[in-house]
Amino acid sequence: MVDGSRTLILIPAFNEAAAIGAVVREVRQHLPGWPVLVVDDGSADGTAAEARAAGARVLSLPCHLGLGGCVQAGYKLAFELGYEEVVRIDGDGQHDPRHIPMLLETLRRSGCEMAIGVRTADGARGATLARRAGIWCFRMLLRPILGRPVTDPTSGFVAVNRRALEVFARSFPLEYPEIETLVVLQRRRFRFVEAPAPARPRLAGKSSITPLRSVYYVVHVLLGVFVNILRLDARRAARAVGEQLDDQPS
Amino acid sequence: MISLLDILAILGVVLLLVVLRALRREHIRVEHSVSWLAAAAALIVLSRSGALLEKAAPLIGVQEPPLVLLMLILIVFLGVFYRFSRIVSELKDMNITLTQRVAILEFHLREKNGKA
Repeated sequence: MVDGSRTLILIPAFNEAAAIGAVVREVRQHLPGWPVLVVDDGSADGTAAEARAAGARVLSLPCHLGLGGCVQAGYKLAFELGYEEVVRIDGDGQHDPRHIPMLLETLRRSGCEMAIGVRTADGARGATLARRAGIWCFRMLLRPILGRPVTDPTSGFVAVNRRALEVFARSFPLEYPEIETLVVLQRRRFRFVEAPAPARPRLAGKSSITPLRSVYYVVHVLLGVFVNILRLDARRAARAVGEQLDDQPS
Repeated sequence: MISLLDILAILGVVLLLVVLRALRREHIRVEHSVSWLAAAAALIVLSRSGALLEKAAPLIGVQEPPLVLLMLILIVFLGVFYRFSRIVSELKDMNITLTQRVAILEFHLREKNGKA
């Protein structure tokens, strides 16, 4: 059994009162004793109360920040509390908590800074045509930037170690973070690994990405990717990491 | 007949009055009104400086002097918009950081009181 005592299960949630209780209970059932933190992104439907009643600790944001700001708040707290790893799952029940130990094991064995749970073999099966096309575009775009293929760049099921946690606590993409996060990691010469983790239908509610929003999503993410490539602090950090690696005896 | 320069002068006066009213009602902070007040004053002064605009027009290759003023207005207002975009972005970043910090401090307080 994988030791999860220094690993935080992070669940960002916005208006997920109908699902969050079941999600937390399922995590606690399969991973007893593992710390669970729900970050409530200013919900108006009692998400925080449901999460607390199910046994999670809750970080309540006083106003809605969006997914990136919400996840980053959790990363900041996890870093301050000294956790070695954070596994993030969605608050709608799409991610099966039984995959968490496997993802964590993959992260530890690989020595990478981040492990991504791949929902399907092509990262898009079961999604709408527009969404599949979007994911395919992102995969094509990211391949030359990352220097390697990525199967499911929009997956919200990720595990990060403390090195990545330190970076994300300081700098994290705000609105649609998954894809930009990969570029942030790459600019710092960090690495990621993928592991299969089939997703399930959400327990309640529906995706916030409507057809109209998906257009904004694509434009926003593309812009964010290029801004991250151009950003000076990331370049300096990458150079510093490179110099450290060069200084190490081979 | 009212000329384009007269219309621009009236626009300058209206802008000046709107900004002064907003200042009086504390809808705009003084430091953020400076750009708008300077732009309004420049608009009024230049729209009354026909001779200056006539001299400047051939230098930038336009036939009509009012076009010089329109170009200047465009440049000034682009500058003002850019400045405010930077201010809004900085404020948003600070707001996010503060919101996260407040939440984390509240979390620690609740933990201390055994309520998290």
